[in-house]
Amino acid sequence: MTMGYRDDGPDLRFGRKLLSLNWGLVLLIAMTASVGFAMLYSAAGGDVQPWAIRQIIRFGGGAFLMLVIALIDIRFWMRWAYLIYAVALVLLLAVEFVGTTGMGATRWVSLGFFNLQPSEVMKIALVLALARYFHGLSLEDTGRITYLLPPLALIGMPTLLVLKQPDLGTALLLAAGGSIVLFLAGVRLWKFALALGAALAAMPIAWSQLHEYQKGRIMTFLNPESDPLGAGYHIMQSKIALGSGGISGKGFLEGTQSHLNFLPEMRTDFIFTMLAEEFGMVGGLALMGLYILILIYAYAIGFRSRHQFGRLVAVGIATTFFLYIFINIGMVTGILPVVGVPLPLISYGGTAMLTLLIGFGLILSVSIHRDVEIPRSRG
Amino acid sequence: MRGRVEKARYPVFTRRALMLGGMKAALFAALGARMYYLQVIEGDQYKMLADENRINLALLAPPRGRILDRRGVPVATNRQNFRVLIVPEQTKSVGETLDRLNQIVPVSDQTRARVLRDVSRKRRFVPISVVDNLTWEEFARINVRSPDLPGIQLDVGQTRDYPLGVYLGHTVGYVGPVSEKDLKEGDGDPLLELPGFRTGRRGLERSFEGTLRGAAGNQRVEVNAFGRVIRELSRTEGRPGSDIQLTIDARLQRIATQALRPESGAAVVMDIHNGDVLAMASTPGFDPNAFNVGIGNTEWQTLLRNSRKPLTDKTIAGRYPPGSTFKMAVALAAMEANVAGAAHRVFCNGKHVLGNHTFHCWKRWGHGWMDLNDALAQSCDVYFYDIARRVGVEKIAVMAERLGLGQTLLPELPGESAGLVPNPAWKEGAIGEAWQGGETLIMGIGQGYLLATPLQLATMAARLANGERAISPRLVFRDEPDVEAPPLGLSKDALRHVRQGMNDVVNGKHGTARAHRITQEGWEMAGKTGTSQVRRISRAERESGVLKNEDLEWRSRDHALFVAYAPVDKPRYALSVVVEHGGSGSAAAAPVARTIMEATLELDPASNRKQRVAANPEREG
Repeated sequence: MTMGYRDDGPDLRFGRKLLSLNWGLVLLIAMTASVGFAMLYSAAGGDVQPWAIRQIIRFGGGAFLMLVIALIDIRFWMRWAYLIYAVALVLLLAVEFVGTTGMGATRWVSLGFFNLQPSEVMKIALVLALARYFHGLSLEDTGRITYLLPPLALIGMPTLLVLKQPDLGTALLLAAGGSIVLFLAGVRLWKFALALGAALAAMPIAWSQLHEYQKGRIMTFLNPESDPLGAGYHIMQSKIALGSGGISGKGFLEGTQSHLNFLPEMRTDFIFTMLAEEFGMVGGLALMGLYILILIYAYAIGFRSRHQFGRLVAVGIATTFFLYIFINIGMVTGILPVVGVPLPLISYGGTAMLTLLIGFGLILSVSIHRDVEIPRSRG
Repeated sequence: MRGRVEKARYPVFTRRALMLGGMKAALFAALGARMYYLQVIEGDQYKMLADENRINLALLAPPRGRILDRRGVPVATNRQNFRVLIVPEQTKSVGETLDRLNQIVPVSDQTRARVLRDVSRKRRFVPISVVDNLTWEEFARINVRSPDLPGIQLDVGQTRDYPLGVYLGHTVGYVGPVSEKDLKEGDGDPLLELPGFRTGRRGLERSFEGTLRGAAGNQRVEVNAFGRVIRELSRTEGRPGSDIQLTIDARLQRIATQALRPESGAAVVMDIHNGDVLAMASTPGFDPNAFNVGIGNTEWQTLLRNSRKPLTDKTIAGRYPPGSTFKMAVALAAMEANVAGAAHRVFCNGKHVLGNHTFHCWKRWGHGWMDLNDALAQSCDVYFYDIARRVGVEKIAVMAERLGLGQTLLPELPGESAGLVPNPAWKEGAIGEAWQGGETLIMGIGQGYLLATPLQLATMAARLANGERAISPRLVFRDEPDVEAPPLGLSKDALRHVRQGMNDVVNGKHGTARAHRITQEGWEMAGKTGTSQVRRISRAERESGVLKNEDLEWRSRDHALFVAYAPVDKPRYALSVVVEHGGSGSAAAAPVARTIMEATLELDPASNRKQRVAANPEREG
């Protein structure tokens, strides 16, 4: 016997929401994160200290936040979407003036207890804002150029700010993540082709604006063997470690290249290499299988949502998630330049983990609230 | 309204999302293909690269072979070298640790500067040598204090040790660091590139380098990206260097060296049956241990500039006119040529005139009538001028070579000189002048161009004593069976006369070395004195009286020589002694020869104690 929720008391509504939570997706996320814990355990030479334990605590906190976000009504998120975007944009501006500098780039603002990376927050906020915008737009309006200007501004402002930090990787991720929402909303394909053409035409100008280390990374990517002890070292060592893993790998805790420190950044950006060294192609493909399942779940949630906002949020965030995966694995296997993108849910680090779990919280919220009705224009 | 909008955009979204999903699937497939390529197709190559990354091959130096004397006593061996190393990463302050170490063993400012320089250059986990060649006591003291010495590591290495030191320095030689030249010309042995590896630089250490060195072992170790050794994967022990055994008797070597001191000179003792060199002493010498520890430039210059040439092995590289010790060769040549037999007599009036040259005897007023035996025993020069002139230079030269002169005899020792046995063809070629008749006469008394090494003189004495075979000196025992020496080819009769002459030199009534004969029965020595001039005596000097050696500066004095064999009746050992600028052979060389010969016979396993007790009972009393 079914009942509409309006008739239930608040507690019952909470209990029912919890029940209708997509536990399958939650389980998949937890499994993927557990793979990360195992790899961090291995990175420490078979010890939960110092990395695995901290990652578990972070995941615990992040997962709790994810569930809280999931249980909050999707209409709340839609209502606050622009404000969240605005806050994220202000934070990005704040980085310009009061940011903390590290590794030659300014990416963090200190909130006293926590170093926040606003560009990460922006990845979610941008999808939310664009989803809200296109939710209120009919397909005919979507086809009009004038209606395309606000979302382009939404994408352009944070992208330029991040580019200025400078953080090429995140800027590209933001631009791509935003464009995907436009694509899903039904913006004509020829417009994308036009934008792509313009971008290609602007490339020589962009190249001259790039920092030396960014140019170097791209050059190194094009020919890693040219400088095996310098910038190409990371890619070469990553390929050696990964390739030497073979089909079934060297065994858990037995990855020689990772454990003997030949593999750089093995806890963060290159953690996939360590996994592929210890568990071989089988292990690497299994992890990709987990990721694909998560994506399928997110897509299913998107398809089942009865409102455009939910659809765009679910698939938009899932695509951002995908971009992380593809860029990271592409980078460590040497088919993309080294841009410093972590492997989602696996790499050691708090900000990316938190961003992703907030994103999954929103997807889960779409799942729970797939049937709510949201008017096109704000009532 | 909512329905219419939804109806329009839901299919668009679905279509677009599926397109996007398809693109993602394609990209995942690309990643999968990339992993297949790296891990399966190229997997083996990357496995190899991974091993190259992590596996280092370290060479293990084999222990160097020892050099033993004839009784197995080591004369070059490997000694434990107690060293102190410092590992920079294990101490907060290298300087402070060195200060503390300085309270236990002296650490010079020079050492300190070198250590600090190395610390800044090398990786922090690489041990750096601070001091070595510590005594056991110092080593133990540091060991006890080690808790106060962070970063200090104690190590026992190997270093070359020469127990006989200066007594056998020339023959054994020493080892030293590999030079650039060795590396370039190298035999391709990877050991040469091992830091701190030492190769033979002089003497037997150099000539037997190949035998003594051995072959490198290796050790495969796993290293991390910073080069730190994590663990040993496998180890192949090298082949240790082989020992070599010398014919030298360390005891006799010591006695012979001491007998020569403090003069500068050389002595060689040989077994007349097999050519074993029992001792080859050259004074003054050098201590090879000093080179091992590292000799300072000033010490090296002192050795080089010393006019008594301590670095030269005079037994093989010292070239001396043999003087009267050569007279046996002249006599044998004359007898073999049948120009003057044992009964040939010459009247010595103190001089021999040839053309407008006068050749003097050492005895100014002459010896009177002399036969061969008298002439040898009293070393009459006039007699030998006479027979040398009769036999001619060519035959004398051939005989000299048959007795061992004019050739190298010990190819295993670097730096041996062949000496010089002149003949008219040689003079024509080397100087471009014709041979003068007078030069034959001069050669008849072992002077002139004629030059011999002490080793050649000992060989000559050994061949005369052996009589049958032209034995050659032997310094190192080899595994291959002995090859019998070629026959000497001298007539028994001629030898008998020459030996009798040598017997009378020492034991005869008028023998020049009678004062230094061995009196012990059964040990009697036969020999020949020699006094070779190193300067020309002018007519004016001769008329006013030849200067005595004591009145001359050291480098102008005559060389004193003596060759001998013993026992007279049943010869076993031969020797030669040269005392550089020692004056006369009878006064300076003969006593040294007697001391050495007595010691040789005493150490001879054949001369057992019983015999000696019987021969000389009061000694044991």
